[in-house]
Amino acid sequence: MEIDPFIFRLSIFILSIFVGYYVVWSVTPSLHTPLMSVTNAISSVIIVGAIIASLAGTNLSVFNQSSIFGFLAIVLAAINIFGGFLVTQRMLAMYKKKKKDKK
Amino acid sequence: MISANLLAIFYLISGILFILALRGLSSPETSRQGNLFGIIGMAIAITVTFLSIDNFSSGFLYVILFLLIGGSIGAFIAFKIPMTAMPELVAGFHSLVGLAAVFVAISAFISPEVFNLGSSGNIKLASLIEMSIGAAVGAITFSGSIIAFLKLRGLMSGSPITFPGQHILNLLILISIIILSYFLCLSQSPNFFWSLIAISFLVGFLLIIPIGGADMPVVISMLNSYSGWAAAGIGFTLENTALIITGALVGSSGAILSYIMCKGMNRSFFNVILGGFGGTDQTSSKKSKEQKPVKNGNADDAAFLMKNASSVIIVPGYGMAVAQAQHALREMVDSLKKNGVKVSYAIHPVAGRMPGHMNVLLAEANVPYDEVFELEEINNDFANCDVAYVIGANDVTNPVAKTDPQSPIYGMPVLDVEKSKSVLFVKRSLSPGYAGIDNDLFYRDNTLMLFADAKKMTEDIIKNL
Repeated sequence: MEIDPFIFRLSIFILSIFVGYYVVWSVTPSLHTPLMSVTNAISSVIIVGAIIASLAGTNLSVFNQSSIFGFLAIVLAAINIFGGFLVTQRMLAMYKKKKKDKK
Repeated sequence: MISANLLAIFYLISGILFILALRGLSSPETSRQGNLFGIIGMAIAITVTFLSIDNFSSGFLYVILFLLIGGSIGAFIAFKIPMTAMPELVAGFHSLVGLAAVFVAISAFISPEVFNLGSSGNIKLASLIEMSIGAAVGAITFSGSIIAFLKLRGLMSGSPITFPGQHILNLLILISIIILSYFLCLSQSPNFFWSLIAISFLVGFLLIIPIGGADMPVVISMLNSYSGWAAAGIGFTLENTALIITGALVGSSGAILSYIMCKGMNRSFFNVILGGFGGTDQTSSKKSKEQKPVKNGNADDAAFLMKNASSVIIVPGYGMAVAQAQHALREMVDSLKKNGVKVSYAIHPVAGRMPGHMNVLLAEANVPYDEVFELEEINNDFANCDVAYVIGANDVTNPVAKTDPQSPIYGMPVLDVEKSKSVLFVKRSLSPGYAGIDNDLFYRDNTLMLFADAKKMTEDIIKNL
C-alpha cells in the first residue's frame, strides 16, 4: 500500500499552518507592518513557478502563450521580492531603542 | 542539473528560513537578522530552481532579464516610498502576488506538460482543482487589493459603496464559482477556466467596495492572508514545498492579523466584510452636538498644560499620518522631556489604516520603540497621567464604547484618555469620526479642543514651550 504524495504535501501544509500560527502570535504588535511586508515578500517565492513556466518555450520560440504568462509573473514577483524585502529592511532599520537607560 | 530530491531539500531549507524570518519579528532586535534569513531563503529558492533546469535555452536569458527589470522596479519603489504611504504600498504588493499566482496558474493550464501535470485537455484532476483554487484566490486577491490600494491612496472614496441586493449578488457569484469549477473539472474546457478567473476578479472587486476606510486594517490583513492561500494553491499544483510552507505561513499570519484587528474593533469578521458601517448615525449626531459647548484652546494653553505636567501620554491616530505630524510630534516630545516631563505613546490596535501603522511612523520619526505601548500595557496609566495629547485619533478614545450599549462601537476596547487630568484633542473640526458617532469626550470639562491641522498645531506648541 502506498501513500499518495498529495497526503505528504497536505501534512506539510497543515503543519506549516500551525507553525505560522504560533510564530505569528509571538510577533510584537509594533512590528505588524513589517510582518505584512515581509510575508508579502516571501509569498513571492511563487516566482519559482513563474521561472518554470517561462521556460516552457523552445530555443526557436522563446515566447509562446504559456511562457509569456511566466515572464509576466516573473516581473510581478520580482517587484515584490525586491520591493518587499528592501522596504522591510528600511522599516526595521528605524526601530531604535532609547539611547540611555535600558527598559 | 540537480536531482529532484536534492531540490526538494533545498526548498525545505528555504521554507525553514522563511519561518525564521517571521520568528525574528518577535522583537525589534532580532528582526533585522530575521529579514536577512528571509532574503537568504528566497535566494536559495531561486538559485536551485535555476539549477534544476536541464536545458539552458535562450529563454533563460530572458528570465534573468525580466527578473532584473522587476527587481529594479521593486528596489526603486522600496527606496522612494514615503513611510506614510506604507498601507497602500502593502496593498499594491498584495495585488502583485495575486496576479502572479493567476499568471502561473494560467501558464500551468495552457502547458501542463511543462509542470508534469498531464497534457493539455487531460490534466490530472487533483492538479486541476489545485490550480483553480490558486487562480481563483489569486484573482480575488488581485482585484480586492487594487480596490484597497485605490481607497488608501485616496483615488477612490474611502466611504463604503453599498447597493441593494449586494449580499445576494455576492452569494450567487460564490455559488457560480463552485459550479464553474465543477464543470471545469468535468470538461477541462478552457472557457470554464477563463470564466472562473473573470468571475473571481469580480468577486474581489465586489467584496472590497462596501468596506470603508477605517476598516482597512482588516481588509489589508485579509488580503495578506488570501495572497498566502493563493501561493499555497499554486504550491500544491507545482508540488513545491517552499511554496506550500510559505503559503501556509502567510495565510495564517494574515488570518491572525485580521482576527486581532477585528478584536480591536469588537466586530466580527463577517460584520466587517459585509461592510456598510454607521452610515445612519451621522445625521442624528450632527443635530445633537450643536447645543453642547466645548472648551476651545490654543497652542499657548496646550504648551502651558504640558510643560507643567509630570506625565503626558500621546495618543496618535490616522489624522497624524494624514498630516505627517510624526516628526513635529517627536520634536515636541523632545522639548517636553527637556522640561522633565515623562512622555509615552499609546497605540490602539486599529489606529491608522493597517496593523502597526502608527508604530512605523513613530519609528520613522526616531521615537524609541520602548516608549511606545499597546492598549493593554498603558491603559491603566491614563488615571495617573496629567495630560493626554490626542492627535488624529477619535473613535478609539470614545468613552461611549464603554457606557452606551446602543452605540455602534459599544464593546470596542478604547483608550481611557478621559481618566487623565486633562485631555488635549487636536482635531480639525468637531465632525464625528469614521464610525459616524459623536465623541462624548469633546464636551467634557477636562477636555480642551485644539482646532487645527495636527502638524501645524504641534509645531505651534513647540514654539510656545
